Amino acid sequence: MCGATAGGLSLEGVDVAKESVIQGIVTRANADGASEPVGNAYVRLLDRTGEFTAEVPTSVTGHFRFFAAPGTWTLRTMAPKAGVVDSQVTARKGTVAEVAVAI
Amino acid sequence: MSRDTTLVSADWVEQHLDDPKVVLVEVDEDTTAYEKGHLKGAIKFDWNTDLQDQVRRDAVNREQFAALLSERGVANDDIVVLYGGNNNWFAAYAYWYFKLYGHEDVKLLDGGRKRWELDSRELTQALPTRDATTYTAQEQDTSIRAFRDEVVEAIGVKNLIDVRSPDEYAGRLLAPAHLPQEQAQRAGHIPTAGNVPWSKAANDDGTFRSDDELRKLYTEAGVDWDKETIAYCRIGERSSHTWFVLHELLGDESTKNYDGSWTEYGSLIGVPIVLGDDAGTA
Repeated sequence: MCGATAGGLSLEGVDVAKESVIQGIVTRANADGASEPVGNAYVRLLDRTGEFTAEVPTSVTGHFRFFAAPGTWTLRTMAPKAGVVDSQVTARKGTVAEVAVAI
Repeated sequence: MSRDTTLVSADWVEQHLDDPKVVLVEVDEDTTAYEKGHLKGAIKFDWNTDLQDQVRRDAVNREQFAALLSERGVANDDIVVLYGGNNNWFAAYAYWYFKLYGHEDVKLLDGGRKRWELDSRELTQALPTRDATTYTAQEQDTSIRAFRDEVVEAIGVKNLIDVRSPDEYAGRLLAPAHLPQEQAQRAGHIPTAGNVPWSKAANDDGTFRSDDELRKLYTEAGVDWDKETIAYCRIGERSSHTWFVLHELLGDESTKNYDGSWTEYGSLIGVPIVLGDDAGTA
């Protein structure tokens, strides 16, 4: 799984021009200090007021994706044996915002 | 109903993994989650193919529900413990079905699959075997199920609680944000409905907040406890979570789940809709 790239989940069948996509990958450093994807994390999407909007478990490759609306969002990442990590992201219609989360 | 009879902790479930009278059932929105690993001995329900009629848009009927439980080896006197992903949304939806068809003893695992995983508790890919049973389902208990005409008549009369996210309530999103947004129905909410996102009833790890916190939450959102209450969301699964809170944890027996929810209401011809963050008027 080392070296998994961003944007790994298929967008086949989705009209990206009509969506404001936020996606990315959750990683953590292994014992050697190398970055490895985390396949059992949970990523929450919080709106501009901090209210929960959606949550997904990461894929085996550590990936996650949301279909948001244009605006500013917070990603809150939780995983076993890790602290909670918040990341800010801006979504725009017709684009894919990529976020790398290190826990 | 109360927390003591409807909710069990992960510790309780660990102590009952080998109890023959306890049947664990996993119900996820992501129907592949079970195959990646599940609680020891747990069987799986697919919310879409097992709990929905595959021709009409409706819940499975009494005969279909009885056939499902018989085939999966669930008996009428079993203690059924439901759990799942998405903070138990679909497990709560299945719980509501078990109550709809009169199952005596059914419980939710507090925190669902997420709390279990965050605790690093054991998951297995081993598939259990259960002998078939002859399950008898009761007539639908429609005191916990709201239909569209009742919802339209409830505007300005009963408590309507829209449990979707604030952006879905206001019409800025049409679906939960992990799903594509292009949808057939109109955006917005039912006039006079308050917005209490289901997530306010749960902690970040998916466990339910305390009874005192929950009662305060709905009271502050304008729920009149002397009136009947109808909860809705997009397809009826998040509102099952809120129905569970109001009916099962707080004991408000007037609460109904509108399982047609926004995908039905937002497609109706001629009904009133409010856009924006205000509840609107009748």
